[in-house]
Amino acid sequence: MDILQVVLLGVVASILYLILKDTNSSFAFFIILITGIIIFFAIIQQILIIFELIQNLGRNANIDGLYMETILKIIGIAYIAELGANLTKEAGLSAVAKNIELAGKVFIILLAVPIITAVVEAILNFLPSV
Amino acid sequence: MFTDAQILFQIAGIGIIVALIHTILKQMGKEEIAQFATLIGFIIVLVIVINGLSDLFNQIKSVFLF
Repeated sequence: MDILQVVLLGVVASILYLILKDTNSSFAFFIILITGIIIFFAIIQQILIIFELIQNLGRNANIDGLYMETILKIIGIAYIAELGANLTKEAGLSAVAKNIELAGKVFIILLAVPIITAVVEAILNFLPSV
Repeated sequence: MFTDAQILFQIAGIGIIVALIHTILKQMGKEEIAQFATLIGFIIVLVIVINGLSDLFNQIKSVFLF
Protein backbone atom coordinates (compact mmCIF):
# COMPACT_ATOMS: atom_id res chain seq x y z
CA MET A 1 0.00 0.00 0.00
CA ASP A 2 2.28 2.71 -1.24
CA ILE A 3 -0.47 5.29 -1.30
CA LEU A 4 -0.89 5.04 2.48
CA GLN A 5 2.82 5.65 2.95
CA VAL A 6 2.73 8.70 0.70
CA VAL A 7 -0.29 10.19 2.43
CA LEU A 8 1.11 9.58 5.90
CA LEU A 9 4.41 11.08 4.81
CA GLY A 10 2.58 14.19 3.67
CA VAL A 11 0.74 14.47 6.98
CA VAL A 12 3.92 14.02 9.02
CA ALA A 13 5.74 16.54 6.85
CA SER A 14 3.00 19.11 7.33
CA ILE A 15 3.11 18.63 11.10
CA LEU A 16 6.89 19.12 11.11
CA TYR A 17 6.41 22.15 8.87
CA LEU A 18 3.95 23.69 11.33
CA ILE A 19 6.37 23.09 14.20
CA LEU A 20 9.33 24.65 12.41
CA LYS A 21 7.53 27.46 10.61
CA ASP A 22 7.67 29.98 13.45
CA THR A 23 11.19 29.31 14.67
CA ASN A 24 13.04 28.56 11.44
CA SER A 25 11.23 29.27 8.22
CA SER A 26 14.17 28.27 5.98
CA PHE A 27 14.30 24.80 7.50
CA ALA A 28 10.55 24.52 7.02
CA PHE A 29 11.08 25.24 3.33
CA PHE A 30 13.69 22.48 3.13
CA ILE A 31 11.17 20.10 4.66
CA ILE A 32 8.70 20.90 1.89
CA LEU A 33 11.42 20.37 -0.71
CA ILE A 34 12.59 17.02 0.65
CA THR A 35 8.99 15.81 0.95
CA GLY A 36 8.43 16.47 -2.73
CA ILE A 37 11.61 14.58 -3.58
CA ILE A 38 10.64 11.54 -1.45
CA ILE A 39 7.15 11.37 -2.93
CA PHE A 40 8.57 11.57 -6.42
CA PHE A 41 10.95 8.70 -5.70
CA ALA A 42 7.98 6.69 -4.51
CA ILE A 43 6.19 7.13 -7.84
CA ILE A 44 9.08 7.04 -10.32
CA GLN A 45 9.22 3.24 -10.54
CA GLN A 46 5.54 3.13 -11.41
CA ILE A 47 6.02 5.88 -13.99
CA LEU A 48 8.76 3.76 -15.56
CA ILE A 49 6.35 0.83 -15.97
CA ILE A 50 3.71 3.08 -17.53
CA PHE A 51 6.25 4.52 -19.95
CA GLU A 52 7.35 1.07 -21.03
CA LEU A 53 3.69 0.28 -21.72
CA ILE A 54 3.29 3.46 -23.77
CA GLN A 55 6.44 2.73 -25.75
CA ASN A 56 5.34 -0.84 -26.44
CA LEU A 57 1.97 0.39 -27.67
CA GLY A 58 3.66 2.94 -29.91
CA ARG A 59 6.03 0.33 -31.33
CA ASN A 60 3.13 -2.00 -32.09
CA ALA A 61 1.28 0.85 -33.80
CA ASN A 62 4.39 1.65 -35.89
CA ILE A 63 4.66 5.21 -34.60
CA ASP A 64 7.93 6.99 -35.30
CA GLY A 65 10.22 6.73 -32.28
CA LEU A 66 10.98 10.43 -32.48
CA TYR A 67 7.40 11.32 -31.66
CA MET A 68 7.18 9.07 -28.62
CA GLU A 69 10.48 10.41 -27.33
CA THR A 70 9.25 13.98 -27.77
CA ILE A 71 6.08 13.25 -25.85
CA LEU A 72 7.99 11.72 -22.95
CA LYS A 73 10.36 14.67 -22.87
CA ILE A 74 7.41 17.05 -22.83
CA ILE A 75 5.91 15.21 -19.86
CA GLY A 76 9.25 15.46 -18.07
CA ILE A 77 9.54 19.18 -18.72
CA ALA A 78 5.98 19.73 -17.54
CA TYR A 79 6.68 17.83 -14.33
CA ILE A 80 9.93 19.67 -13.53
CA ALA A 81 8.39 23.05 -14.30
CA GLU A 82 5.41 22.26 -12.09
CA LEU A 83 7.70 21.20 -9.24
CA GLY A 84 9.80 24.35 -9.44
CA ALA A 85 6.79 26.62 -9.80
CA ASN A 86 5.05 25.07 -6.80
CA LEU A 87 8.17 25.31 -4.65
CA THR A 88 8.82 28.94 -5.50
CA LYS A 89 5.16 29.79 -4.97
CA GLU A 90 5.32 28.11 -1.58
CA ALA A 91 8.33 30.24 -0.69
CA GLY A 92 6.29 33.35 -1.51
CA LEU A 93 7.78 34.16 -4.91
CA SER A 94 4.77 33.90 -7.16
CA ALA A 95 6.36 36.13 -9.82
CA VAL A 96 9.28 33.71 -10.19
CA ALA A 97 6.80 30.84 -10.25
CA LYS A 98 4.95 32.45 -13.18
CA ASN A 99 8.24 32.90 -15.00
CA ILE A 100 9.15 29.25 -14.47
CA GLU A 101 5.79 28.20 -15.88
CA LEU A 102 6.34 30.45 -18.88
CA ALA A 103 9.78 28.93 -19.45
CA GLY A 104 8.26 25.45 -19.29
CA LYS A 105 5.68 26.36 -21.93
CA VAL A 106 8.33 27.85 -24.20
CA PHE A 107 10.55 24.77 -23.96
CA ILE A 108 7.60 22.49 -24.62
CA ILE A 109 6.76 24.39 -27.82
CA LEU A 110 10.45 24.29 -28.75
CA LEU A 111 10.44 20.50 -28.42
CA ALA A 112 7.23 20.25 -30.43
CA VAL A 113 8.67 22.21 -33.38
CA PRO A 114 9.60 19.09 -35.45
CA ILE A 115 6.11 17.66 -34.96
CA ILE A 116 4.42 20.94 -35.92
CA THR A 117 6.60 21.17 -39.02
CA ALA A 118 5.71 17.61 -39.96
CA VAL A 119 2.01 18.40 -39.61
CA VAL A 120 2.30 21.55 -41.71
CA GLU A 121 4.23 19.68 -44.40
CA ALA A 122 1.63 16.92 -44.47
CA ILE A 123 -1.14 19.50 -44.92
CA LEU A 124 0.83 21.23 -47.68
CA ASN A 125 1.20 17.88 -49.47
CA PHE A 126 -2.56 17.50 -49.56
CA LEU A 127 -3.02 20.90 -51.14
CA PRO A 128 -2.69 21.08 -54.91
CA SER A 129 0.38 23.06 -55.95
CA VAL A 130 -0.51 26.59 -56.93
CA MET B 1 11.03 4.68 1.36
CA PHE B 2 11.61 4.44 5.10
CA THR B 3 15.25 5.45 4.82
CA ASP B 4 14.05 8.43 2.82
CA ALA B 5 11.54 9.36 5.50
CA GLN B 6 14.42 9.39 7.95
CA ILE B 7 15.90 12.38 6.10
CA LEU B 8 12.70 14.29 6.84
CA PHE B 9 13.01 13.72 10.58
CA GLN B 10 16.70 14.49 10.40
CA ILE B 11 16.04 17.88 8.90
CA ALA B 12 13.25 18.64 11.34
CA GLY B 13 15.48 17.61 14.25
CA ILE B 14 18.37 19.73 13.06
CA GLY B 15 15.99 22.66 12.65
CA ILE B 16 14.59 22.33 16.17
CA ILE B 17 18.05 21.93 17.74
CA VAL B 18 19.43 24.89 15.83
CA ALA B 19 16.48 27.02 16.90
CA LEU B 20 17.16 25.94 20.51
CA ILE B 21 20.87 26.77 20.28
CA HIS B 22 20.03 30.09 18.70
CA THR B 23 17.64 30.99 21.51
CA ILE B 24 20.06 29.96 24.27
CA LEU B 25 22.99 31.83 22.77
CA LYS B 26 20.81 34.86 22.28
CA GLN B 27 19.76 34.74 25.94
CA MET B 28 23.43 34.60 26.91
CA GLY B 29 23.98 37.74 24.90
CA LYS B 30 26.18 36.21 22.23
CA GLU B 31 24.29 37.38 19.19
CA GLU B 32 27.06 36.77 16.64
CA ILE B 33 27.75 33.19 17.71
CA ALA B 34 24.01 32.52 17.54
CA GLN B 35 23.95 33.76 13.96
CA PHE B 36 26.91 31.52 13.12
CA ALA B 37 25.20 28.49 14.65
CA THR B 38 22.12 29.12 12.55
CA LEU B 39 24.26 29.53 9.45
CA ILE B 40 26.13 26.26 10.05
CA GLY B 41 22.88 24.39 10.61
CA PHE B 42 21.50 25.88 7.42
CA ILE B 43 24.54 24.73 5.45
CA ILE B 44 24.31 21.18 6.83
CA VAL B 45 20.66 20.91 5.85
CA LEU B 46 21.44 22.50 2.49
CA VAL B 47 24.00 19.76 1.72
CA ILE B 48 21.46 17.04 2.55
CA VAL B 49 18.75 18.65 0.45
CA ILE B 50 21.05 19.34 -2.52
CA ASN B 51 22.07 15.67 -2.56
CA GLY B 52 18.41 14.66 -2.68
CA LEU B 53 17.70 17.22 -5.37
CA SER B 54 20.53 16.00 -7.59
CA ASP B 55 19.28 12.41 -7.18
CA LEU B 56 15.81 13.59 -8.22
CA PHE B 57 17.07 15.39 -11.32
CA ASN B 58 19.23 12.44 -12.37
CA GLN B 59 16.24 10.14 -11.97
CA ILE B 60 14.04 12.48 -14.02
CA LYS B 61 16.72 12.67 -16.71
CA SER B 62 16.98 8.90 -16.99
CA VAL B 63 13.23 8.25 -16.93
CA PHE B 64 12.12 11.01 -19.27
CA LEU B 65 14.80 10.19 -21.89
CA PHE B 66 16.76 13.43 -21.82
